[in-house]
Amino acid sequence: MTDSTNPSQPSDSTRTKEGLRPVTDTRLDISQPVLEVSDLHVAFPSEAGQVRAVRGVSYAVRPGEVLGIVGESGSGKSVSSMAVLGLLPESAAVTGSVKLNGRELLGLSDNEMSKIRGKDIGMVFQDPLSALTPVYSVGTQIVEALQIHQDLTKVQARERSIELLDLVGIPDPKRRVDNFPHEFSGGMRQRAMIAMAIANDPKVIIADEPTTALDVTIQAQVLEVLKKAQDVTGAAIVMITHDLGVIAGFADRVQVMYAGKPVEAGSVDEVYYSPRMPYTIGLLGSIPRLDDTERRALTPIEGNPPSMVELPKGCPFAARCPIAIDRCREVEPTLSVKEGNTHPTACHRSHELGDTLDPAAIYPVPEVPEASDLEQRPRGERATVLELDNLTKHFPLTKGAVVKRKVGVVRAVDGISLDIREGETLGLVGESGCGKTTTLLEILDLPKGQVGTVTVFGKDTRSMNRADRKTLRRDMQIVFQDPMAALDARMPIGDILAEPLKTHGWDKERIAARVPELLELVGLNPDHADRYPQEFSGGQRQRISIARALALEPKLVVLDEPVSALDVSIQAGVLNLLDELKTRLGLSYLFVAHDLSVVRHIADRIAVMYLGRIVEVGDTQSIFDAPSHPYTQALLSAVPLPDPRRERERTRILLTGDLPSPANVPSGCRFRNRCPKYLSLDEAEQLRCRDEDPASAKLADDHSAACHFAKALEVI
Amino acid sequence: MSTATTEQPKKTAKRQSRTKLTIRRFARNRLALVGLAVMVILFLMAYIGPLVNKYDYLYHDYMAFNAPPGGDHWWGTNQGGQDLFALTMRGLQKSLVIGLLVGVISTLVAGAVGAFAAYYGGWADRILMWIVDLLLVLPSFLLVAVMSPAFQKAGWLIFVVLLSAFSWMITGRVVRSMTLTLKDREFVKAAKYMGVSGPVIIFRHILPSMASLLIIDTVIQVGAAVIGESGLSYFGFGIQAPDVSLGTIISDNTTNAPAYPWLFYFPAGCLVLIGVAVSFIGDGLRDALDPNASGAKAKAKKIKTGETKAGATNLSNQLQGPTTSTDVLSPS
Amino acid sequence: MGRYLLRKLANNLILVLLAASLSYFVAGLSLHPQSNYEGRNPPLAKSTIAKTLDDVNMNPDTPIVTRFITWADGVAHGDLGKTIDGSPVNDEVGRRIGVSTRLLLLATLVGSVGGVALGALGAIKQYKLFDRVTTLASFFILAMPTFVLALFLKLASIQFLGAGTIHFTGETDPEFAGHWDFAALGNRAEHMLLPGLTLVLIQVGLYSRYQRSTMLDVLGSDFLRTARAKGLRRRTALVKHGLRTAILPVVPLLVYNIVLLFVGATFTEKAFGWHGMGELLVNSITRNDVNATAAVSLFTAVLVLIAGILSDLMYAALDPRVRVR
Ligand SMILES: Nc1ncnc2c1ncn2[C@@H]1O[C@H](COP(=O)(O)OP(=O)(O)O)[C@@H](O)[C@H]1O
Ligand code: SF4
Ligand code: SF4
Ligand SMILES: [Mg+2]
Repeated sequence: MTDSTNPSQPSDSTRTKEGLRPVTDTRLDISQPVLEVSDLHVAFPSEAGQVRAVRGVSYAVRPGEVLGIVGESGSGKSVSSMAVLGLLPESAAVTGSVKLNGRELLGLSDNEMSKIRGKDIGMVFQDPLSALTPVYSVGTQIVEALQIHQDLTKVQARERSIELLDLVGIPDPKRRVDNFPHEFSGGMRQRAMIAMAIANDPKVIIADEPTTALDVTIQAQVLEVLKKAQDVTGAAIVMITHDLGVIAGFADRVQVMYAGKPVEAGSVDEVYYSPRMPYTIGLLGSIPRLDDTERRALTPIEGNPPSMVELPKGCPFAARCPIAIDRCREVEPTLSVKEGNTHPTACHRSHELGDTLDPAAIYPVPEVPEASDLEQRPRGERATVLELDNLTKHFPLTKGAVVKRKVGVVRAVDGISLDIREGETLGLVGESGCGKTTTLLEILDLPKGQVGTVTVFGKDTRSMNRADRKTLRRDMQIVFQDPMAALDARMPIGDILAEPLKTHGWDKERIAARVPELLELVGLNPDHADRYPQEFSGGQRQRISIARALALEPKLVVLDEPVSALDVSIQAGVLNLLDELKTRLGLSYLFVAHDLSVVRHIADRIAVMYLGRIVEVGDTQSIFDAPSHPYTQALLSAVPLPDPRRERERTRILLTGDLPSPANVPSGCRFRNRCPKYLSLDEAEQLRCRDEDPASAKLADDHSAACHFAKALEVI
Repeated sequence: MSTATTEQPKKTAKRQSRTKLTIRRFARNRLALVGLAVMVILFLMAYIGPLVNKYDYLYHDYMAFNAPPGGDHWWGTNQGGQDLFALTMRGLQKSLVIGLLVGVISTLVAGAVGAFAAYYGGWADRILMWIVDLLLVLPSFLLVAVMSPAFQKAGWLIFVVLLSAFSWMITGRVVRSMTLTLKDREFVKAAKYMGVSGPVIIFRHILPSMASLLIIDTVIQVGAAVIGESGLSYFGFGIQAPDVSLGTIISDNTTNAPAYPWLFYFPAGCLVLIGVAVSFIGDGLRDALDPNASGAKAKAKKIKTGETKAGATNLSNQLQGPTTSTDVLSPS
Repeated sequence: MGRYLLRKLANNLILVLLAASLSYFVAGLSLHPQSNYEGRNPPLAKSTIAKTLDDVNMNPDTPIVTRFITWADGVAHGDLGKTIDGSPVNDEVGRRIGVSTRLLLLATLVGSVGGVALGALGAIKQYKLFDRVTTLASFFILAMPTFVLALFLKLASIQFLGAGTIHFTGETDPEFAGHWDFAALGNRAEHMLLPGLTLVLIQVGLYSRYQRSTMLDVLGSDFLRTARAKGLRRRTALVKHGLRTAILPVVPLLVYNIVLLFVGATFTEKAFGWHGMGELLVNSITRNDVNATAAVSLFTAVLVLIAGILSDLMYAALDPRVRVR
């Protein structure tokens, strides 16, 4: 992120420009920290025993500095920030110290803390959908935040909240200030949250996963706003996230958390380029990257984070660590700068890493499966598995409770054509709400009436009878996003795997033989067939879902965001498994995802969807190296890279606004109201964008885009 | 096979089975245990009491009119010299049986109708909603009361049918709305795209998923039915003489109650005990079966911990059931 | 918003009309007005009975649809028909409607406000003493059929305060009947005490259970956390953001509850000798009086309609999401 996009400082600000961006290496910085957390411990009583959610967190942030806290879910990030604000339930036992400008906050009464919350410490939460009170207008809520801490009249406070909304980039703030939260999109609500957090010029802003629930394009916008908010207020930011990409370019320093404790801390460059703790190394190795040029197997971290109730003795990471030694299981390492290291880690072997041990080599690199014969055959010679021709799904938009009147159409899917060949993975990407899931369900529902055709294995689904459909269901299976929701919690996994087999008339013995086979196929222990889904971790459950999809030996597997609910270290294992199964079993995948890095890693071809249409399609190489539709370019440009230096150098193409409603598709090119290119065109050209719906045009052998002015651009 | 690893499932809390965990949760709720005990005692009293008591409920003891409790007549007698204990036990039997039958029948009907209507939608669904709305305007009490003259001679089983016929709708609506959400849940969709048929999905996936709701609801319906029955009988629209129910006993003795209060306190006490015991049990079951609902949910959710990734080992996730407020109000 | 409310109103109106018609049919088919005249000594002539029944439009030999049309036509012109004695139902209803309305109004107002307050407080103090006591109390009250509670209060007042300490039979003592001066009002209040308490207790029990559970749902919500993160004190945040939102799902209870309340009032009126609509219902069913029964059903339907309008208005006033639609 460059400074050029930032607005000039407000003239009345007394802060110096230098104060905003301290030197990166803060260990040498002598300025006083605003927020200093030391040896924070939090424990909750629970049914199974004491949950030790936070076990000794320490950090300090100075004015204008950004501290990133990364870690998998459940590592204690949120709990530690709630403890700072004093917002934990009464049952929580909090010890340690939290100092704001030298004043101890722990132990203050609710009254005293209220004077600090929202004034000195601003907070932005993850889920913008539920974080605003639904019954008050956005303006009212900001006004409230202002009036709690400042002596402002109603009129003044309202003026100020309009200014704040303007600052965070809400268009038409004078009108929008009276809107209610449900009239705001997710991105706008998050902006409003930021406006509220900075309303009283806080000294520290704590942002807990502020962009996790948002699309990449919106994430980029929100990060930009946060940056701007910091520049205006000069506040320190504590940014909590599980995404190493998000903070690479955003934070000055990072702290990696594992099992309630920081395990590595340092400047972003130190942590990203010379990690000295196996967990950090593993995390960095397991992320699929947008800038990977060749296909490589990801290195997953085996196993799962430990339960916070019965933590084993020694290093909490020992069970998953590839270089654990006996001492690791005995003594828990402390966070300190080890010999020969530049920054603190909590690992007994940090001093060896980078010296005798090569950090890049401690995790066994899984082999990339050899491409099968099928996969080596040219695409043109392979059979077509699925073909969509002008697939369309319009929902009527109705009004009225008793008598339904049709008042419009929601063009969820508006004419999609694509094909998938044998042994091929097609990645379908796009912002949420662009019609990906509807497309999938349309394919799986084997529809009759609608416009357009779905041809599966050469058969038009419209001409099929019941029996044909059932046969077809066998050859086409689905894996859902949420591994918890996709498995019936009341059935042992053996029964879950047997269900498709039973439905398709397999006899008992064949089923009994097939179930263990399937479990083994996805890397689970066949003896666990009698266990319930709840007894497995997220990654394992997703493996069970995959096993169920493969039970009937299908040819085509449809995957709806199969890894987006998983932590990165787990995600890598599942992606590798999918890759391997595809080669071994000769499967074809239709892989829907919003994460472009994941898609790049797994897909052979990519289709980019926008507002019910495919705007660009082609082989993975072309899409990533020569993205030609302005939307694809913006999408790629919005994805953060887990590489601090490159991130700092990148200029983002920022999209304005949100995805329009599919009930209200713009005329001509449906992307024109957000298209960055459109703005750079001359009058005549703009007219063309406004009037003429661009058809998909071929750019290369396997690459086409639907833009009048398609032109390749390097953005990664 | 490099990627296909053999991760061990987490051995969380030594593989407690659902049933055991539920029982443990239930047992921890003291009120629920009290409720259960009271219910058991009431049942024993109702069915064993008459065997040890030397008076039949129909027998008139001309030596003892309005006798106070104690002595031969444990709970005293009424104006006609009938033994109050015998009468009350007879009434208790009726109330309990009617309550149980109505509870079970109406919940079964509600489950089946609600689930099918929601799963298939269309006309069946619209009619169901229409009936429920209508019942909102016309209380079932009123309908049963108005219909009662037509059925007065047909015996108490008809009365059970009538009560059940008018008490499933609200639950039916709850089941319907839960089915609507479950229908969109991924495990149901997965079954559908596997080719599993609708009725099988309903009985294999949807109804078991709301087993907790249905069990809790049965219990609540038992209480509601007992209250409803006694009310109707109190006005003479329910159980007919010479048979008795707790409602008719109280009603028959209203005028004498101020002078001979035991005539009111014993039968009314039994009635209230049933109601209280049933709500305690229902509440305990709710906490035990559906820790996400109401009270337990708030406890677990007090601080919602950021992302809801699948890796989280929240205990409340483990017994995750569909969450709805099951506070089905009992018609009194 | 106006359109939204109008639409709901139309919806409710249709429902109420349907309900009233349905109950006429049910009453017309299952009540046997002729049995009042049969088996008399000396026996009445068939034709005499038929004549009497025809006069009040209750002759079972006339097809039910024809009877319904006659009745509905009358109702449309403000005439509810005749009771089985031949007197106008309108007079009967006119005498009684105020009695029930006063009782219902009091119970609804005090019950809902009190219940919401207790429930919300109980949720905030979950598992504390206050919560435990109110929860236990509400369990007991809700486990009691209304008539048991009413009789209990009556009995207890006689036993513990002595007979005649509180006058509870009827709406007033006979000497005050029809008077509205200060003394009469005091007398009315005294008479209202026990019946009012009966219904209010039950209403408070219901509303508090419901409010407690919706409030608990809100307690863990993100927006409440946001409100506190802004710097609101716990108490302020709980009331301003928590209760304000948690009260929404309780508003529709107003409609649902009114019919239950009416049934409760029936018991209460009977127990305390008030001559209200509830008593009319019981009496008319016992006397096989089709028209009077139908009139009471119509009354409950209208109650629902009014409660529906009120609750829709309140909901629209409280929830912006409805307002802007
Ligand atoms: N109120 C609570 N009661 C009991 N356990 C809790 C509570 N809040 C959080 N936890 C537990 O604390 C641990 C850390 O949670 P959290 O800070 O949310 O992790 P992160 O934000 O890193 O994903 C988890 O195991 C979580 O289940
Ligand atoms: S302390 Fe041992 S187990 Fe822990 S990370 Fe270091 S080497 Fe691995
Ligand atoms: S056709 Fe015009 S508006 Fe559409 S993407 Fe291309 S340049 Fe942008
Ligand atoms: Mg979190």
